[in-house]
Amino acid sequence: MTSAMFLILIVEDDPGLRAILRTLLQAWPYRVVEASTGERGVIEARSHRPDLMIVDLGLPDCDGATVIREVRKFSPVPILVLSARAMEVEKIAALDAGADDYVTKPFSAPELLARVRAALRRATRGTDRLPLLRFGPVTVDLTARTTLGPDSNLHLTPLEYRVLECLARSAGMIVTQQQLIREAWGPERIGDARGVRSYIKTLRQKLEPDPRRPRFLITEAGVGYRLQLQEEPADK
Amino acid sequence: MAESERGDPDQLLAAVQRDEARARRGRLKVFFGASAGVGKTYSMLEAARTARAAGADIVVGYVEPHGRVETERLLEGLEQLPFLEVRYRGITRREFDLDAALKRAPSTLLVDELAHSNIVEGEPRPRHAKRWQDVDELLDAGINVWTTLNVQHLESLNDVVTGITGVRQQETIPDRIFDEANEIELIDLPPEELLDRLKAGKVYLSGQVATAVDRFFRKPNLLALREMALRRTADRVDAAARAYAGDERSSRASLARDRFLIAVALDDQAEQLVRVGKRFADALDAEWLVVSVETPDMLKLGEEARNLRINVLRLAESLGAQTVTLDGPSAAIALIEYARLRAVTRIVIGERKRRGWRALLRPSTATELVRRGRGFDVSVIARREAPREPQRPDRVARPRPVRWERYWAALLISLLCTGVDALLYPYFELTNLVMVYLLGATIAAWRLGRGPASLTAVVNVLAFDFFFVAPRFSFAVSDLQYLITFAVMLGVTLAIATLVSNVRAQTRVAGARERRTALLYAMSRELTATRSVENLARVAIKHVAETFTGQAVVLTPDASGRLRSPRGTPSPASLRGADLSVAQWVFDNGRPAGLGTDTLPAAAAQYQPLKGTSLTLGVLAVRPTQRRRLQLPEQQHLLETFAGQIALAIERARLAEEAEAARVTAETETLRNTLLASISHDLRTPLAVIAGASSALNDPELSLDSEARGRLTATIESTTQEMTRLISNVLDLMRFEAGEVKLHLDWHTIDDLVGTALVRLDGVLQGHQIDINLPDNLPAVFVDAPLVTQVLANLLENAAKHTPAGTQIDISAGLEGQLVRVVIDDNGPGLPPGDAERLFAKFQRGRGERGAGGAGLGLTICRAIVAAHGGEIKAMARPAGGARFVFTLPTVEPGS
Repeated sequence: MTSAMFLILIVEDDPGLRAILRTLLQAWPYRVVEASTGERGVIEARSHRPDLMIVDLGLPDCDGATVIREVRKFSPVPILVLSARAMEVEKIAALDAGADDYVTKPFSAPELLARVRAALRRATRGTDRLPLLRFGPVTVDLTARTTLGPDSNLHLTPLEYRVLECLARSAGMIVTQQQLIREAWGPERIGDARGVRSYIKTLRQKLEPDPRRPRFLITEAGVGYRLQLQEEPADK
Repeated sequence: MAESERGDPDQLLAAVQRDEARARRGRLKVFFGASAGVGKTYSMLEAARTARAAGADIVVGYVEPHGRVETERLLEGLEQLPFLEVRYRGITRREFDLDAALKRAPSTLLVDELAHSNIVEGEPRPRHAKRWQDVDELLDAGINVWTTLNVQHLESLNDVVTGITGVRQQETIPDRIFDEANEIELIDLPPEELLDRLKAGKVYLSGQVATAVDRFFRKPNLLALREMALRRTADRVDAAARAYAGDERSSRASLARDRFLIAVALDDQAEQLVRVGKRFADALDAEWLVVSVETPDMLKLGEEARNLRINVLRLAESLGAQTVTLDGPSAAIALIEYARLRAVTRIVIGERKRRGWRALLRPSTATELVRRGRGFDVSVIARREAPREPQRPDRVARPRPVRWERYWAALLISLLCTGVDALLYPYFELTNLVMVYLLGATIAAWRLGRGPASLTAVVNVLAFDFFFVAPRFSFAVSDLQYLITFAVMLGVTLAIATLVSNVRAQTRVAGARERRTALLYAMSRELTATRSVENLARVAIKHVAETFTGQAVVLTPDASGRLRSPRGTPSPASLRGADLSVAQWVFDNGRPAGLGTDTLPAAAAQYQPLKGTSLTLGVLAVRPTQRRRLQLPEQQHLLETFAGQIALAIERARLAEEAEAARVTAETETLRNTLLASISHDLRTPLAVIAGASSALNDPELSLDSEARGRLTATIESTTQEMTRLISNVLDLMRFEAGEVKLHLDWHTIDDLVGTALVRLDGVLQGHQIDINLPDNLPAVFVDAPLVTQVLANLLENAAKHTPAGTQIDISAGLEGQLVRVVIDDNGPGLPPGDAERLFAKFQRGRGERGAGGAGLGLTICRAIVAAHGGEIKAMARPAGGARFVFTLPTVEPGS
């Protein structure tokens, strides 16, 4: 699917910011439709059925989580939220309500676009084969459950594979701890944050070239984890 | 010592305030007459009807027709307020309803019988004891009042009228009400016509016995009363003329103003003297003082005498005198000293007849005054022959029970003396033996009091006579000179005993007085050391309750001006159950009420307003265990003084609170202004960069190659990032200072936090070497992740900005007890010289900062965040060179 076939709905009240988002996305190129209030946004979502929504959490008429919940009643469309720096609580509430990822204002264009792409990728991947994960010199094949790298002793446990898989399915997107636990350990297990952390730590030690300065397995403290991979050429 | 009263600024201010108050006050018109029956009520109603016909809002507040037909006829057509039904002892009377009048608030209200006493014990209870007080309240509320009054009702003329008519007038009004009335209309009726009307039954006389009526309504009486009424009205005209002529005369007079001192003893003449004093003072427009001297004799007087004193002093106060109570061994000396102190020009004293030998021994006070009082005129007022029986103060025996043991002790002393003398007899002359008896009698006088001492003296004499004077063992006396010895011994003993008991009584009184003064002083001192209003109230209550032997409470208003009971634990001295409605009245009207006053005198406690310089601050309520306590004018004065002190203290506390609030506001203002100044400066520079770069890119005339364009756009990007960091810092700091930051605490590992920070600062840290050294087994910390990430980011950014490219930055951490210690080192130029603590203050910029921005707030925020977590942050120089920043974070949940 070429990017020009994707329709992105922008729900943003500030006209300046709306203009920038429009310019950025159309330059990619994506098709763009806009709404300036949350209410309008829900209506547009219903009528246009976009492939992705960008929702600003600071909307005047209702808070972002409400919009997300409304949309989630009828659509699984990937939703990216724009949050201001001090809005930690609202951001997490939005993710809990069903948002898929977030971008903090002021944002950098490459970062925003990367997250848009990651979200669209996940939506279209479906049951496709998972690609190979390249961690610098180390490569991981999730489907075959093997690793390739200079260190022949590198070995990942099944649970570690599952964790990686969960992260890889949402490559480039934030995965909350709860999500990770649910997918890797199963829905009955309710979070022990420390357990997850130790797994991530181990994975870092095994996969990252410099485990102390992770480039791929990123922790976003208080929110979750993000697997930041090198871009695949097939995306453009 | 006489003060010049011209142009005294306080007086002028008081005068201005009086004028203002007067302008707001209602106007009082008095229909004045010589006696009942001259037609005052009639004239008043006629005038009211005329006014009503002209359209005035005039309402009848209280007029009792008492069955007079003409009166009833006049009342028709006028709006009348309903009577207040007051039940008292099974009888229902119709009285004036003050609250209904205040509610109706007409332009003018008619209230008959100004001197009437309200039924204080009735149900419902009237607010004031006297109708003139009701009228006073109406006037304060801005309602004009018309009323009626007879000349005999004037307080200062009361005794004169009684003297003329032989009938004692019970209901009186203070002269000031009459003097301050706006208009007096004299209703004059020749006595013959009045007597005719009386015979025709047209005069209503309330509850007076027929004989009394006959005595009153005799032509000479009526003539005299008529003359008094005329004269009094004329006096008013004269006074008005004088006032109109300006203050010239009074200011001239003030320099040579007379000041009278009326000395009252506790006899039947006291009241007369007070009234005389009032007339003197009025006639000469002088100040007058009424002084009562408590000599040791007075102290022995009974309850009735004390009552008399209270009444006399209260009368004096109500007539406008200052009252003073002095004490001392001699009335004359005390009076003269006080008169000198107060620059009195004339002393007025009553005649005091001492009978018989007493007059020889001790001259009367009047005589003493005349002799010693150089510089004063002394007027001795002869006793008026009052037709009722003179009330002599009863020299009742002291209420103390007879102490029999002292009498036995007295006898014992005599016995001892006799015994000693018996031993000495063979060796000494009789003259010396007498000394032993004298000594014994002196000791008895000193220790046992007058009665037992007298007994000792007598027994001593008898014993001396019997045992030692020849012929021994008989009561005969051979040498008559011993009679003199006996007499002298007896006399000396009695004199000493009297002296001792006098001194003791005086000491007691002086001690009591001194104690009261000391209490006032103690309270004042403690008040000055107290800050908050609640504490002030507590201190005040403690002292007031102690001084007046009872309970007290200080009531302060809430935001809406309603008094509330104080919160907080009551002390034993607190008065609970104070009547808030009475207190509210006191607060609103600024006048005292309750026990000992004329307003609601049946209340259990007295309520004093606490008046500050511009408004009433609260109410002090005092309930003494002995009701009578507060009725003494001096106790009343003392309470008012206490109230004044408390009010001042409360005002001071309030002003201090306001000053503090103003200071805080000013400080906040200053901080905000500094912040704004700093931000505006620090934002302008990056804005300028962005403006320049973006406008260059937009400029069609400028031809930039792609490299140049690339540089400009890169500059715009990095500058906006800097501005973002600056604004974040400022906003964070402002939120912290406003107390709006709530920590969302959770468990995180240091490496996660460091990692997040590093990702955020990726661009800034390029060109620096970052070395991370975090032990594996480091426990998680219980922190607010975004905030601690901010700390790390700020510290790293700091390190990057203050060190040249290529500098190494080390991040390490370790466990220290229950804390994790995080260290950020660099090997750059190190900290600027001076106190490292300064770096954490607001708006401190380091040395050699590359690029503007940050506003010097980064470290301040770090400290605020770390402190909010209960940790510490410090900066120090590394021994090997470079800077080190260390901070601690908790590994346990707070409270566990």
